[in-house]
Amino acid sequence: MTKLTDLSVSRRALLAAGATGAAVLAMPNVLRAQDRSLKVGAYGGYFKDSFDKNVFPEFTKATGIAVESVAEPTGEAWLVQLQQAANAGEAPADVSMISQTSMLKGQATELWAPLDAAKIKNIDALIPAFVNKYPDGRIAGIGAVAWYVTLVSNTDVYKEAPTSWAYLWDASNADKLGLMALVSNSFLLEVTAKTFFGGTNALDTEEGILKVFDKLAELKGNVRLWYRDEAQFEQALKSGEIPMGQYYHDVTGLAIADGFPVRSTFPKEGGILDSGCWALSKASKKVEEAHLFIDFMSQPSIQALVTRKVGTAPTVKRSLTDLTDAEFAAASSEIDPIIPRYDMQVEKADWLNEKWTELIVG
Amino acid sequence: MRREPARGFAQHMPVIFPGLMLTVFFIVPFGTMVVVSFFRRQQGGFYVPDFVLANYARFLTPFFGNVLAFSLYLAVAVAVVSLVVAVPFTYLIARSRRRTQVIWLVALLSILSLSEVIIGFAWSTLLSRTAGITNLLVRFGLMEAPKALVPGFGAVLTGMVYQAMPYAVLVLYPSMVRLDPTLTEAARTLGASPLKAFFTVVLPALRTTLIATLIMAFIFALGSYLLPQILGRPSHWTLSVLITDQALYQSNMPFAAAMAVFLVLVSLALVTLTMFVGKKLEA
Repeated sequence: MTKLTDLSVSRRALLAAGATGAAVLAMPNVLRAQDRSLKVGAYGGYFKDSFDKNVFPEFTKATGIAVESVAEPTGEAWLVQLQQAANAGEAPADVSMISQTSMLKGQATELWAPLDAAKIKNIDALIPAFVNKYPDGRIAGIGAVAWYVTLVSNTDVYKEAPTSWAYLWDASNADKLGLMALVSNSFLLEVTAKTFFGGTNALDTEEGILKVFDKLAELKGNVRLWYRDEAQFEQALKSGEIPMGQYYHDVTGLAIADGFPVRSTFPKEGGILDSGCWALSKASKKVEEAHLFIDFMSQPSIQALVTRKVGTAPTVKRSLTDLTDAEFAAASSEIDPIIPRYDMQVEKADWLNEKWTELIVG
Repeated sequence: MRREPARGFAQHMPVIFPGLMLTVFFIVPFGTMVVVSFFRRQQGGFYVPDFVLANYARFLTPFFGNVLAFSLYLAVAVAVVSLVVAVPFTYLIARSRRRTQVIWLVALLSILSLSEVIIGFAWSTLLSRTAGITNLLVRFGLMEAPKALVPGFGAVLTGMVYQAMPYAVLVLYPSMVRLDPTLTEAARTLGASPLKAFFTVVLPALRTTLIATLIMAFIFALGSYLLPQILGRPSHWTLSVLITDQALYQSNMPFAAAMAVFLVLVSLALVTLTMFVGKKLEA
């Protein structure tokens, strides 16, 4: 009898051990507790694929930290998701690539964990403008890549490359253009100001902005597609359905390499230069790994690798990289770029959005 | 047979579960939305709890009035066209052999497995100048040159009717199948043409189902925000598109919530009105 009881106890213990074992197996996090990993958000599609293939494995090789990449949507949708998750104490990605407008909007709610410059030894290699700081000087983000939005056209439809943004207004282009649908990612106010009003200073006052809006309104009849989704325009541009518009220089370069009849032109007023920062969500617990990652990505050699493989412009000083003139020119241009008025985009966000929506919908 | 009213806890049990689900998945989220619509927007940031009417005030402009009017117009158009197409279609299916019925219904149901994005992109290719159906018309000598039918109101309407049709058929089908064939036979015996029998006997007999289908297609179309963007011009963007813009891209939740609450109230009012008119007709 005693023996039987003993047996039943040990069987129970065995069952318990089995259950614990199963639970451990079911939660890989527990098993891999010692393994270090980092969730990194990058724009989904070609961008993320290229980082996954060419850049992130180098980081894992150098540090032993696994990168779990997360596809983030373009525009400010990702900012909203990160913000809501952070309010709930979650971080869908530890480090994310964030555009300048979103960086500033995230700063307003202290979404970005301040970075420690002492832990990023490559910080001096960066072009100072690409270090994003809070008003009180704390570092909010470190430049990841810079990219241009240029005037793109289908070479079958337009035999000659356009030379100026003003060509978008040309009467012969009625119903032929594809432009971005949001005031905060198309930067068309800045383009109009530089093309017709002598520079983006024309956007200093609300009266000035309204004048620029009036000029922009003249363009409306030429626009066939106001796109939120890049794939929608890219497809139409390649087929010639919508033969001209604004698009990313890097992705257009890839389409050219694939043999599609498209071209990307830096107009004489310059391409639109925007950039993305690596920023750390305040809800992330991987602070140490994040600094290692950001420091690694800021090395001139890695920046050169990204420029070659992804087609974006480096955020470190060019002289520090081993990029040839041809490689640098493929991703950038000597023409003075149009720099978006991020201050205006953030301070007047709601007002601009209202005027913009009324302009394109009304 | 008279049904006794439920008495005591045990007899109420069966309704507790659906009631609970309704509370958790509908009333609570909707309540949250109503509450957020009164919160104060922090520009460039998020929102702070408060009680302000600014979000509703911002909405009450001729511009948003026009967008709302267009959204309702589009939803009504989609509902009416879906009904006009679905009624004869379902009638014919219901009259055909069992095997034919199954094939048609499976084909129709398979549309439901397609995502809205795929439907949108497929129609935009079908209606494009470079690869669209107008190329076929040119081939047959019916047209001079291929033409783009997208973006435009027709494209939006086509895409949305395509999406709403299966639902309309699914609502209509059971009533159509159960419809007593002797009704039409009686009408025919009394000298009505098939068409006249359809309009004077079949349709009135299905009045309640027809109204239900109309309402369902209307509500369904009112919430659509992807197809108007993919297939339409900005002037064809519905209120739902602007709500998405505010919620996803401008992170202006209070304003998005206010617009959504308003849209729900307007659609509820319209549905009530339709049901009221339906009752009147029946009386």
